[in-house]
Amino acid sequence: MLEIRELAASIGDKPILKGIDLTVPDGEVHAIMGPNGSGKSTLGYVLSGRDEYAVTGGSATFNGVDLLDMEPEQRAAAGVFLAFQAPIELPGVNNANFLRTALNAIRRAHGESELDAVQFLKMARVATKQLAMPDDMLKRNVNVGFSGGEKKRNEVLQMAILRPKLAILDETDSGLDIDALKIVADGVNALRGPAFSALVITHHQRLLDHLIPNRVHVLAHGRIVRSGGPELAKELEKSGYAGLIAEAA
Amino acid sequence: MEEPQWARVDHPPIDYQDLHYYAAPKRKAGPRSLEEVDPELLKMYEKLGIPLKERAILAGVDPDTVENTQVAVDAVFDSVSVATTFQETLRKAGVIFCPISEAVREHPNLVRQYLGTVVPTGDNFFAALNSAVFTDGSFVFIPKGVRCPMELSTYFRINARNTGQFERTLIIAEEGSHVSYLEGCTAPQRDENQLHAAVVELVALDDAQIKYSTVQNWYPGDANGKGGIYNFVTKRGACRGARSKISWTQVETGSAITWKYPSCVLLGEDSVGEFYSVAVTNNHQQADTGTKMIHVGKGSRSTIISKGISAGQSNNTYRGLVRMLPSASNARNFTQCDSLLIGDRCGAHTVPYIESRNPTAKVEHEATTSKIADDQLFYCRQRGLSEEDAVGLIVNGFCKDVLKELPMEFAVEAQKLLAVSLEGSVG
Repeated sequence: MLEIRELAASIGDKPILKGIDLTVPDGEVHAIMGPNGSGKSTLGYVLSGRDEYAVTGGSATFNGVDLLDMEPEQRAAAGVFLAFQAPIELPGVNNANFLRTALNAIRRAHGESELDAVQFLKMARVATKQLAMPDDMLKRNVNVGFSGGEKKRNEVLQMAILRPKLAILDETDSGLDIDALKIVADGVNALRGPAFSALVITHHQRLLDHLIPNRVHVLAHGRIVRSGGPELAKELEKSGYAGLIAEAA
Repeated sequence: MEEPQWARVDHPPIDYQDLHYYAAPKRKAGPRSLEEVDPELLKMYEKLGIPLKERAILAGVDPDTVENTQVAVDAVFDSVSVATTFQETLRKAGVIFCPISEAVREHPNLVRQYLGTVVPTGDNFFAALNSAVFTDGSFVFIPKGVRCPMELSTYFRINARNTGQFERTLIIAEEGSHVSYLEGCTAPQRDENQLHAAVVELVALDDAQIKYSTVQNWYPGDANGKGGIYNFVTKRGACRGARSKISWTQVETGSAITWKYPSCVLLGEDSVGEFYSVAVTNNHQQADTGTKMIHVGKGSRSTIISKGISAGQSNNTYRGLVRMLPSASNARNFTQCDSLLIGDRCGAHTVPYIESRNPTAKVEHEATTSKIADDQLFYCRQRGLSEEDAVGLIVNGFCKDVLKELPMEFAVEAQKLLAVSLEGSVG
C-alpha cells in the first residue's frame, strides 16, 4: 500500500507539491489527472527519488517503508517503477543487456539468483510476444532511434519484465495511436493482481476506457482538489478542469 | 634534441641523469607479502577477478621472500609451463616470438634489416632516448603465408615483466601473413620507474595483416596526482606492401601522463590503416593521444575511431594527423572523435590536423562532445542499477565501437577495467 501524507516538494525555490494526501491500497489502480503544471510529473519523480526535487515536508511510505529515505535504486528494488514521460536514450547500450542488468540488480537485492543471458532472453521473448512487439526491440540500443510510440512501448516492456509492485505511469499514453494505447493498457492490466498497484498519470479519458481505475484524483496547484470513481474522468472530459480549480482556489 | 613541448601535458622537468640506463634498475625492497600491499590495489585486483597468485606478483611481492615462496614459485611455474607449450606450437608454424635481446643473437639478419626502419633513431626525443639505451623487448616474425596459430601476448612472456623503462618491440609480417598481438594487462602494475619510453615498430609486407591491441593500466598516481608513470611511447607501423593492413586498438586507462600516437604509414597500394582508441583519465591524469595516418599509396584507406573519457580533474586530448601525399590518389580517411565528460572539473580537447595534397583524396572528420547526463543516470538507477553500474554501462556503451575490435577475452576484461577506473568519479 502506498501512503502519501501532506507531501510537499519544491524545485529550487519554487514549491510544486503543496501537501498531497493519497492512499493507494494494494491491487488498485488510481488515475491522476489535472492541468499542465499542476505537479503530476513532480509527484512521480519525488516518489521515485529524482534528486532535483527537494522534499520539504510530509511523508510517503510503500508497504510500511519510508520511500523518501531511500536511494532511487533501493526504491526500484522495493518494487517502484516509473514509466518516463520522455524515456531517456542510452547510446551503445543494448536494450536486452540493460534490462538484464537491471533485473539482476533487483534480484540480487532480494537475495535471488541472477539470470544468465539465455534464461533472460527466453523470458524477455515471452514478454515481447505478449505485448505484440518485434524481437529486435531487445537488440536495439535503449531508446536510440525509437519513435515516440516505440519509446513508450519500451517502457511497458521494461515494466513487464521487471514486474514492479508499484507502477507510476507518467503520461505513457500521450502521443500514442489507439492500438498502441491498448498495448499500454494491456501491459498494466496483465500485471494487475492483489500485490500490484499503479498510479496512472494521464490527460485523457481514452486510456481509462481500457485501463479502468479504482479511483480518479484531480491535481491542481500542487494539491488534490477532488477524488472520485471512474465516472469522474468522464465528467472532466466534458466539463474540463476550470470549474474545479476555481472551486479549489 | 629537446623534449617536445607541444602536447597538452604538464609535468616537472625530468632529470635524465637520474635514470638507470645500462643496468637493470636495482630493486628496492618490495612488499614481502600480500599483507604489506596497498589494500586499495588489492581491492582492484579482486574486482578485476585476478587469481590470488598473480595478484602477489603484480603487486611486486618479491618472489624470493620467504613468506611467499610457495605462492610466487607456483605462479612462475604456471607461467613457465604455459609459455613452453606455447613456444612449441609457434615453432611448428615457423613463427618467431622471443625477447628482442635473443633475436639480436639468434636472428641478426632480420633485426638488422628492419630495426629502426619504421621509427628512425632521430625520430623524436623519446624515440632517440629509447634507441640509445633500450635493453630488451619483444620480437615477432611471421613468415610468408603463415597465419599465426594463436594470439601473441606479452602476458605469457615472463621476462616481459622486467623489461623496464625502455622497451623495444619489432613485429614483421611477411607477404600474406596474419598476426594478432596483445600487449599489456588489465591489472594495475606497480613500477619503480617513473619514465617509460618504449618504441614499437611494425612492418607489413604485401597482403599481410597485423592487429596490435593494447590495454595499458600502469599506475596512474594517487587521487591527489602524486606519483604515477609517465608513458611516452612511439608506436608506428609501416604498410609497405600492397593491400597490407595494420590495425591499432588501444584501451588506455593508466599512467599519470600518456603521450602516445600509434601511427600508420600507408605506402602500399590499397593498404589499410586503422586506429581504435579508448582513453580514460580520472583524478589528475593527463592523456595526449591519437594517431597519424600518412597516406602515400594509391587507394590507401584509413579509419580512426577515438573515444576519450575524462573524469575528476583530468585532461584528455585527442591529437591526430591525416596526411594525403600527392601520390595518394583516391585515398580515403574517416575519423570519428567522441569525448565524454564526467563531472564539471575535467577537460576534453580535440586537435585534428588534416593535410591533403591530392585532389582525389577524401577526408572525413566527425566529432562530438557529450556529458553523462543526470537524466541518464537517474533512468538507470530508477530501473535498479547502482550509480557505479550505471556509469559503467553508459561508458561501455560509449566505447562499444572500439571494444568490439578487441580480441574477445581482452574485451571482457577491458569492460570491467573501464568501470573500475571510473569508480567514485560521479557524485
